[in-house]
Amino acid sequence: MGLDITWAVDWVRRSAESMSEHRVELINLDREIGDGDHGENMDRGFQAVLPKLDDLPAGSTPSDVLKLLATTLISTVGGAAGPLYGTAYLKASGAVGGEVSLDADAVVRMLEAGRDGIVLRGKAEPGDKTMVDAWSPAVEAARGAAESGASAATTLQAAADAAAEGAVATEPLVARKGRASYLGERSAGHRDPGAQSTAYLLAAGAAAASNGTSA
Amino acid sequence: MPEPAAGRVGVVFVSHSERLAEGLVELARQMAPTVRLEAAGGTDDGRIGTSFDKVTAAISAADAGAGAVVLCDLGSAIMTAETALEFLDDDQRARVRIASAPLVEGGVAASVAAESGDALDAVVRAAESAGGPGGTGAEAGATAGEEPAADRGEATRISRRVTLTNADGLHARPAAELVKLASSFPQRVTVNGIDAKSLLSIMGLGLTKGAEVEIASDDPEGAAAVDAIVALAESGFGEH
Repeated sequence: MGLDITWAVDWVRRSAESMSEHRVELINLDREIGDGDHGENMDRGFQAVLPKLDDLPAGSTPSDVLKLLATTLISTVGGAAGPLYGTAYLKASGAVGGEVSLDADAVVRMLEAGRDGIVLRGKAEPGDKTMVDAWSPAVEAARGAAESGASAATTLQAAADAAAEGAVATEPLVARKGRASYLGERSAGHRDPGAQSTAYLLAAGAAAASNGTSA
Repeated sequence: MPEPAAGRVGVVFVSHSERLAEGLVELARQMAPTVRLEAAGGTDDGRIGTSFDKVTAAISAADAGAGAVVLCDLGSAIMTAETALEFLDDDQRARVRIASAPLVEGGVAASVAAESGDALDAVVRAAESAGGPGGTGAEAGATAGEEPAADRGEATRISRRVTLTNADGLHARPAAELVKLASSFPQRVTVNGIDAKSLLSIMGLGLTKGAEVEIASDDPEGAAAVDAIVALAESGFGEH
């Protein structure tokens, strides 16, 4: 069973819930190696999109939801996460444009486009201690799952699990991009807040997907 | 204050800090009174950060048809500016450039180049060739203290001395005019040993009214350039 507009809206709602829930944790992670505004910025951005979900016209697709989320984050987040996540969701939206229901392959395309958007905007590579370190393993895991015949929901779950592991794996890394890179060696020993928020957001997507299939 | 000139390239300062961006506009305005200088600092609600909407609005205000150059402070300011560019229509996007340059030195150099009527590419070049204060400052300080090497006896060296008579000395607009003139010649020319084609280096000399300066070229073909610059200085840069 594919992931439709109901899933996409639920993903955004669950993302907003998750960002509120983890707001302080993300602020603390960011305070250790950045400017300490990540949790607040993400929470504000996702709260701003919630009322707009009700205004989506009938017949909207997952792509429309992602685009709405992208433009809202870009204009409300303020920190680096705004243009980064905004570009990710915008490219993800473009990759599944017009599709009413996303199958496993579409999920892979969506995640891949999102990851590519972040790389384009932030110019970071895997190992730089950024959100790319969560996105890249997520894309690889999703591709592996889809190729072995997994459902869209299972594919997304595989991506979320890999993103969570990727976020943990940023802890020993020395930052080479972003505000944390000014700290050099001192950035090691801390988890990257952007990688962690990526893990939460993909987990929210997976939860929305599994909820849809079990209902 | 003079009216912004439509034919000039505009300059946008994107900073995480609203006050920093506004301060830069204030600073650049001194040397570029007729350029559209726009500040896009801070978030929409006045916090530290960058605002897509502010950057977009500033670009629209700065570009009156001749284009705009965008200067940014930290990484996410560049990302916000790049994202804003992506949302512009194709026509306007072609007229907007993000300069890879230090915010203060690059912004001032871009503003002065825009003030002297340079086209978009030249304004971007002016910004991107502006070094940080460490480079130009130290270089200028070290060389300005040296005796001009007019009597080294090198056969090919052309050297003339001139006393600055205009009120501003080699600052702001006069410096920009000197650099523009020097840049119109292929030969390397120096002012007190400093490259005459580098605006910030020239301004870094801090030469004021009454200063005696050496205009020189090691290039045997450089006589015309030296003469032209001496003539410009003798004319008082049109200030008389």
